[in-house]
Amino acid sequence: MTADTQFFWDGVKKHRLLIQRCTACRTLRHPPRPMCPTCHALAWDTVEASGRGTVYSFVIPRHPPLPWFPEPYVVALVELDEGTRLVTNLVGIPHDAVTMGMKVRVRYEHFDDDLVLPMFTPEDAP
Amino acid sequence: MSDANLSGRAAIAGIGQTEFSKESGRTELQLACESVLAAVRDAGLEPGDVDGLVTFTMDTSEEMEVARNLGMREVRFFSRVSYGGGASAATIAHAAMAVAAGMADVVVSYRAFNERSGNRFGNMSGRVGVLPLWLSWYAPYGLMTPAAWVALYARPYMERYGVTNADFGRIAVVDRSHAATNPDAWFYERPITLEDHQSSRWIVEPVLRLLDCCQESDGGVAIVVTSAERARDLPQPPAIVTAAAQGATFDGETMTSYYKDDLDGLPEMGVVGRTLWEQSALTPADVSTAFLYDHFTPFVLMQLEELGFCARGEAKDWATIERLSIGGELPINTSGGLLGEAYIHGMNGITEVVRQIRGTAVNQVADVEHALVTAGTGVPTSGLILSKL
Repeated sequence: MTADTQFFWDGVKKHRLLIQRCTACRTLRHPPRPMCPTCHALAWDTVEASGRGTVYSFVIPRHPPLPWFPEPYVVALVELDEGTRLVTNLVGIPHDAVTMGMKVRVRYEHFDDDLVLPMFTPEDAP
Repeated sequence: MSDANLSGRAAIAGIGQTEFSKESGRTELQLACESVLAAVRDAGLEPGDVDGLVTFTMDTSEEMEVARNLGMREVRFFSRVSYGGGASAATIAHAAMAVAAGMADVVVSYRAFNERSGNRFGNMSGRVGVLPLWLSWYAPYGLMTPAAWVALYARPYMERYGVTNADFGRIAVVDRSHAATNPDAWFYERPITLEDHQSSRWIVEPVLRLLDCCQESDGGVAIVVTSAERARDLPQPPAIVTAAAQGATFDGETMTSYYKDDLDGLPEMGVVGRTLWEQSALTPADVSTAFLYDHFTPFVLMQLEELGFCARGEAKDWATIERLSIGGELPINTSGGLLGEAYIHGMNGITEVVRQIRGTAVNQVADVEHALVTAGTGVPTSGLILSKL
């Protein structure tokens, strides 16, 4: 984590999915960085994402197995409704039921050491 | 040609390598020194003639340590290129520029590592706790290996153009058939079939099977670059640097460029391709053979499109085994590639193309005038066109 990315993980701890926004031209960007590539402004704030998006890509890593992951697990690239993308895990769905373009929403998963990660689950999941 | 153009100014005059293995039994520095010495001798030169050194930022052998071991007296140019395998052809670009600009007379590019017996790129266990910033967006989700990064990137391309894992299998079959007749290749005399490919286990489902992934190898490769004029007087037939290019594009990362507008190609290689064709005034039809960096097979198909050998989305039909094999329209990776020969971060692709230009390849393509070689993809990358004198 650096001063450029702290806000994202602070937000996730409060169950808020934040996207960096240029205050000059309003362009959203992820992953966070200090300068707006569109207008070069250094000032930025954040907007809270709706937490809804679609599966832009997904894979099931099989090898090497990672001891702290269940087998199988799904890694997805989710495109948020706001337009930015982020890498995440899909949870609450069997790995063989995931489809490209599937509608998903954020679900916060808590781990040891105060770690909270934004993961995604099907839009209509309970 | 104008003086501003690099085309034709420099040439590869020597190539050298160690054996390619899974456990070299010696240090990376020793591998570097052995390959540099072999390349210098192949060029008919002495280490004292070398006054420039180029390598990868990832290489562990310091230029000054190589120079000290080789007894080089005065080094006038040194430079390193970033982005892993994307650096391979760029090391020759830097060497050629240095020679063309008069910064040095004889530049050696080298890469040596124990990537199998030492630090394996896919092994992340040593990285936890010292996570680089970019990886912090991926590691918590179990996206931790080069194979996984590439697979997540390649999936939308497959979806959009109806490409399946079986289409990637043809690249593996071609590479392994070329390796089967190359005694330097790890997979010498071990060709595979499409059935073998399809029955190999998933590494990252549903994109990469075991036989879609390049090897991990120990070894070193070095390449001597000097002026085209001087190369003419040296013992080996020169491989003229007809074009050399680097390429990167907006919103890229190292292997995890998931934020570009469309994930349907390798735009970095598009930049390289356009530069190569412009610099050389050649077209894909002029290329007799190519070494397309094959760390993972999906990116070989995308490279064919970015370089203009076929149109976007058409590589799955264009890339037939016949077309890409010896005797075909565009034989690729004639040494067996990184899948079949060894993974020396792409430098062994450059040496193979040099052998094709010299006419000394074990799987020699007939009448090679121009040959193309690319560097690692999914990262900022590079490429070369080499030609007969």
